[in-house]
Amino acid sequence: MKLLRLAALPRPYAWLIDPAVILHVGALAALLVAQLVLSDYAILSLARVMVLAVYAVGYNILFGYAGLLSLGHAMLFAAGLYGAGLSAAHLSFGAPEAFLAGIAAGFALSLAFGLVALRTSGVAFMIVTLMFAQAGYLTSLYFADYTRGDEGFVLRGDIRRAVLPGGLSLDLTNPVVRYNLALALLAVCLIGCLALVRSPVGRVLVAIRENEERTRMLGYDTQATKLLALVLSGTVAAAAGAAYALLFAYVGATFASIQYSILPLLWVLLGGAGTVLGPLVGTVLMFYLVDVTSGYTSAYMLVVGVALLVLVVWFPKGLLGTLRERAMPWLP
Amino acid sequence: MDFGPHLFLAILEGTVTAAVLALTALGLSLVFGVMRVVNVAHGEFFMLGAVLAWWFASLVSGSPALGFLVALVLSPLAVGAVALLCERTVLRRVNYDPEATIVATIGLLYIIQQLVLTFYGPDARPVPAPINFRIQFPWFGYSGYKLVVVAASVALLIATWLVLTRTRLGLVMRATQYDRETAQAFAIPVDRVYAVVFAIGAMLAAVAAVLIVPIQQAHYLMGHDPLLLSFIVVIIGGLGSILGTVVAAAIVGLSDGVISVFFSPTLAKILATLLVALVLVVRPQGLFGEAPR
Repeated sequence: MKLLRLAALPRPYAWLIDPAVILHVGALAALLVAQLVLSDYAILSLARVMVLAVYAVGYNILFGYAGLLSLGHAMLFAAGLYGAGLSAAHLSFGAPEAFLAGIAAGFALSLAFGLVALRTSGVAFMIVTLMFAQAGYLTSLYFADYTRGDEGFVLRGDIRRAVLPGGLSLDLTNPVVRYNLALALLAVCLIGCLALVRSPVGRVLVAIRENEERTRMLGYDTQATKLLALVLSGTVAAAAGAAYALLFAYVGATFASIQYSILPLLWVLLGGAGTVLGPLVGTVLMFYLVDVTSGYTSAYMLVVGVALLVLVVWFPKGLLGTLRERAMPWLP
Repeated sequence: MDFGPHLFLAILEGTVTAAVLALTALGLSLVFGVMRVVNVAHGEFFMLGAVLAWWFASLVSGSPALGFLVALVLSPLAVGAVALLCERTVLRRVNYDPEATIVATIGLLYIIQQLVLTFYGPDARPVPAPINFRIQFPWFGYSGYKLVVVAASVALLIATWLVLTRTRLGLVMRATQYDRETAQAFAIPVDRVYAVVFAIGAMLAAVAAVLIVPIQQAHYLMGHDPLLLSFIVVIIGGLGSILGTVVAAAIVGLSDGVISVFFSPTLAKILATLLVALVLVVRPQGLFGEAPR
């Protein structure tokens, strides 16, 4: 690292040799190259993992950086899922429009959600978010005429073909196209998150996590910053939901249930809360941990439960958080 | 049936719900009040109580009443032991940090649920009611056992209240709730009080589950609804306030019974959850709770 830092480039290009930037671009490049060597099954599952990792990246903005533990993000993921799925199925939106509709739904819902829920803090915030998400889940069951409830519905036909403005047509049923679209979304969110946490706003978020009172005393509008974090986090989660609906063509109420609020928390805790790459690492590890153990036992809930306990008791900082503490203090 | 008898039936059903809910929620409230932590695995202790009740009752051959009584004694004790184990091995190690405790109890929730699914299976199984008589009202007959449930719950609530206000254990618990550090300074073993309170909280849920299991069957997912309803009750009643918890359980149980009879139960649940979230936003200390000092 010292060598890198000594070799100073002119200021506008300094970020080119920033170890953090190299690490993140390198990770994304590795995923890009990986599709050349991986089996068909791995490409299929890794595309899914990357979409879920986008969800975790969104969750981490709020939990890892702003220090707000939400137990209701499934509602925001589901807002994107249903925003895209319902508009595609009932309003005959094309895939790009449906994707934007999902993001818009997530943005609007997280704004409203934030305005109400951020009036509380600590344990009350967790319970309020849990309650809202439960109301959201029940709502998706209540309108079963459109959502088909737990059973869900499958997107078919023309929706699976995205026609981009340039006349370029993408077949969303093709695994390679799916893989690269998921990777593109992950890249945008990951780099966006890196830029966010290194911006002044990102510093304020960390300050709020460490000590909200002092940050307010310094003259920052902590309430507005927390709202910004929640809306960004919710919108990214909704983008993941919308991408999930369009890429994998299934929309169901399970994704709105409490379990899907807990999973991003688990992934982020495993990878390391408050690290940019942590959510991706956590999602990949957890997915394959469950995948491998399900070969031996059907008790995947046991794996999830034990993982949560072990993390909370012995590794509250997660993998990358521990790594940052021990060896790589520059890790963002 | 006319509107009047229909409403009467709804109120009866609501009373049964309220009585069992009050016991379950009291356990959650006690744990929150004394330890200042939210136990997300509370619903699973309820479920474990019901499943163990089925197991104990099935071991006893002969009269169903004897099996039920054995279950009523042994199941809460077993659940209390499980809770004690969880408290000593997990909660104490995370130092009762509120956020870490929530994550840890979510982990416990998954573990308990999976173990029950593995060893007990996905089926719903009934426990025969200890008594079998019907009370004949002019319009309909009503299960006498349900009224026994109400009576037993009320008796247990009063017993808990007596323990809290009249015994040395209750005094120690209230002192810990009031001010942990001063209690410690007066040689109260706060650490052991926490363990006992956590076990008692789980046992209250287990007793409620044993009482309800002849009406509702034992199933590995049955813990979800009691958990959410207990949350609602404890929040409306004020986190840590015992009287508030009981009053709120009566309100929630009765309105749940009445609304579910006349309207869609899903709609009723949506409205109740939203209402509770808003109560918490506007009055974080709950309707009956006192503002923090």
